Amino acid sequence: MAKQIVKMTINGQQVEQLVDSRTLLVHFLREQMNLTGAHIGCETSQCGACTIDIDGESVKACTHLAVQCDGSDVKTVEGLAENGALHPVQEAFYEEHGLQCGYCTPGMLMRSYRFLQENPNPTEDEIRTGISGNLCRCTGYQNIIKAVQSAAVKLQDKETASA
Amino acid sequence: MNAPVKTPEERQAELQGMGDARLRKEDARFIQGKGQYCDDIKLPGMLHMDIVRSPIAHGRIKNIKKEEALAIPGVHAVLTADDLKPLNLHWMPTLAGDVAAVLADEKVHFQMQEVAIVIADDRYIAADAVEAVEVEYEELPVVMDPYGALEDDAPVLREDLAGKDEGAHGPREHHNHIFTWEAGDKEAADDVFASAPVTVSQHMHYPRVHPCPLETCGCVASFDPIKGELTTWMTSQAPHVVRTVVSMLSGVPESKVRIISPDIGGGFGNKVGVYPGYVCAIVSSIVLGKPVKWSEDRIENISSTAFARDYHMDGHLAATEDGKILGLKVDVLADHGAFDACADPTKFPAGLFHICSGSYDISAAHCSVKGVYTNKAPGGVAYRCSFRVTEAVYLIERMVDVLAQKLDMDKADIRRKNLIRKDQFPYTSPFGFEYDSGDYHTALEKVLNAVDYKDLRAEQEEKRNDPNSPTLMGIGLVTFTEVVGAGPTKMCDILGVGMFDSCEIRIHPTGSAIARMGTISQGQGHQTTYAQIIASELGIPSEVIQVEEGDTSTAPYGLGTYGSRSTPVAGAAIAMAARKIHAKAKKIAAHLLEVSEADLDWEIDRFKVRGNEDQVKTMADIAFAAYQQPPEGLEPGLEAVHYYDPPNFTYPFGIYFCVVDIDKGTGESSIRRFYALDDCGTRINPMIIDGQIHGGLTEGFAVAMGQQMPFDEQGNLLGNTLMDYFLPTAVETPAWETDYTVTPSPHHPIGAKGVAESPHVGSIPTFTSAVVDAFAHLGVTHIDMPHTSYRIWKKLKEEGVQL
Repeated sequence: MAKQIVKMTINGQQVEQLVDSRTLLVHFLREQMNLTGAHIGCETSQCGACTIDIDGESVKACTHLAVQCDGSDVKTVEGLAENGALHPVQEAFYEEHGLQCGYCTPGMLMRSYRFLQENPNPTEDEIRTGISGNLCRCTGYQNIIKAVQSAAVKLQDKETASA
Repeated sequence: MNAPVKTPEERQAELQGMGDARLRKEDARFIQGKGQYCDDIKLPGMLHMDIVRSPIAHGRIKNIKKEEALAIPGVHAVLTADDLKPLNLHWMPTLAGDVAAVLADEKVHFQMQEVAIVIADDRYIAADAVEAVEVEYEELPVVMDPYGALEDDAPVLREDLAGKDEGAHGPREHHNHIFTWEAGDKEAADDVFASAPVTVSQHMHYPRVHPCPLETCGCVASFDPIKGELTTWMTSQAPHVVRTVVSMLSGVPESKVRIISPDIGGGFGNKVGVYPGYVCAIVSSIVLGKPVKWSEDRIENISSTAFARDYHMDGHLAATEDGKILGLKVDVLADHGAFDACADPTKFPAGLFHICSGSYDISAAHCSVKGVYTNKAPGGVAYRCSFRVTEAVYLIERMVDVLAQKLDMDKADIRRKNLIRKDQFPYTSPFGFEYDSGDYHTALEKVLNAVDYKDLRAEQEEKRNDPNSPTLMGIGLVTFTEVVGAGPTKMCDILGVGMFDSCEIRIHPTGSAIARMGTISQGQGHQTTYAQIIASELGIPSEVIQVEEGDTSTAPYGLGTYGSRSTPVAGAAIAMAARKIHAKAKKIAAHLLEVSEADLDWEIDRFKVRGNEDQVKTMADIAFAAYQQPPEGLEPGLEAVHYYDPPNFTYPFGIYFCVVDIDKGTGESSIRRFYALDDCGTRINPMIIDGQIHGGLTEGFAVAMGQQMPFDEQGNLLGNTLMDYFLPTAVETPAWETDYTVTPSPHHPIGAKGVAESPHVGSIPTFTSAVVDAFAHLGVTHIDMPHTSYRIWKKLKEEGVQL
């Protein structure tokens, strides 16, 4: 199988790796980079458990090739917390009981992280639509929505404080 | 300077004991991507297994060609049933007393059945090798309809059972018949029906559905040929039972088998059974002497691992003209698929389906369940419920609605009239269950008041009379009782092992503690809630209590987590183990304070000398003393183990209410309101209870409104990806309103009954009740699930509803 060198930034770190051209991004991250936060739930882009952030967009890593990310800036759930401090979406999911088995959580967090940058002050309906590419079998979404609302407030407060 | 003295209230709050909406201890790892699920495990030299599956539903295997696959660089082995035969591992016992093929032995019985396995360096090479294995089949006639399966000339599905007229649950009447199981008193029920003024009957199909947790099944098997030890990480809801089964199958002594259930990405009953994939990975590791990982993909998960339901039910009620129910009869044809692999307690091939008299005082009842083989995947697990309770609750709740319609009675009134009264508890049902406690009428009135039931009925009447109304409005009401916490060992066992559960608690010298359990969380938050029970019992803050489960080498033997049994059984084991420690602690406190035990009072986290309240010993003081110099006659240390055999099941109940609006033009339904009142007895953590209820309601919504596993006549499953199989997104999922009453279980040490499955069990008939109610004025008494827009649209056309 043809191998190729890819260079990308993952959670702020430059990496240069040799990958099979057919290697899916999610396998590259999980098995080659040991970043097992992104999970595999369907392999058909339906469930969103593998959602990560590439160049400022939410991407489902199960249907993306590692070689497509050459030169990209990739962020995974492992890169959400900075300097030992949880990101407001992580705090909010904890405080609002926005997770149970935890399997959808990394994807749900990464989607919420991006969604709140796209729409910093969303309505409930906008949140429901905004996270509809991510399935959760445990929570019924109710507390996830509360968590996203709470994270929106936290992020706005943070912004105000730093302004 | 002395620390300020804390008030009892402050000390109580610090414990974060029972009743506290304590945030979850498990979340820190999950929100940072540090959970450890099966597929996250990577061992040095680990190989990957993949499975060659049958494209057809019924056929004879003529030939399997491995050469091309074996020639691929990086492929280590290709194994078929013929390779497993010398080890006698090509078939395995099921939990239901049948056998299931590990790899198809001469015949395939369902589409996607396991035919061969390949072992390779990585998952990509393994997938290539699967493609390269050539299997030649001779197709056989397919049996998809369970009624057709019992016709005289139906094809013989299980040739391996030829001549076996006696099954695990009595005589087999036909080559595709598995068992007929009955409960109740047929004669008494027949007598009641013969003389009853009113009778109603309804046929209904509870469709085949799949629990579909977000994480599929998988394992990493690692056999150490030098030590002869087998360690397997596995997505299992019952690791201890799996260890017993693996030891029996492999011949490796149970002391050298270690099963670890790591973090599990949801189970919902799907991860109770032992699947061929697990067995094959273990065999491969033993044969090759290397760790072997198997990770199922989604299509494999939905197509081949345990389904739920698939009950074809005929219900009959007998009643007086004013709506007092006199008798119940039920006949079920149960489609079990190719092998009987139901996960039920041994004595109950239809699980606890005989809870089907529900919350109602019915004097005579009988039910009969007939299991048959078809060319579908095996299973029949409890999808977020306790062993067929969902089917039972659906049956009785539907039948009560059907009777109400026949008598032109309001569905709340007929329930008021027939619900078991508070003063009748403990209540013995006509099927012999002893309901522990309940207060149904109070809960029903609470819900009807909260939702303004009368106003909603008036609005519905108005809409029915308005030809210009764009919607039909339906009101659903369900008053259900569950039976959970299996179970008393005199009635319940799995493969002969009684369904007790266990807890081991150790208090460390400095007053923190560890508890090890026979259960395993799949999202229920055991690390949080179990600690709360100990905190309340022993006065140790939850924060310093570690809870461990899932590793058979460290945890005491338990039967696992399914059937809402963790709190009713393991939760009781915790309280009992804690009470043993409490009793010893009291002896130590008496010794330290130089008084008799009778002079001590317990307060939150300490023993106090009665009448001299300054003289106290906290649990932390006592813990240290236990390791320092225990009183004469006592062993050092402070720990206890308890194996809890419940005296009875527990019987949580709920009152669920739903308003649905159906678009007359498109058939689209909109859940306007869903109000769920649950009574699970003592509440340990209200935040987690609400979360469990939201999740269960959403799964119930999925089942009622969209989930199904449709097959074509050739046995092809027509929807086995998440593109087709309905898992609701946040957009479809309704907003849930929750409420509660508290009626503790009198026989449970802390009065708790279990909660996580009630919302699934109770909500499904509530949705159907609401959808049918939207059509009730047209004389419709029942509509089978799933209530998809297309199926509702067809019903609108059938009934001539005009926009």
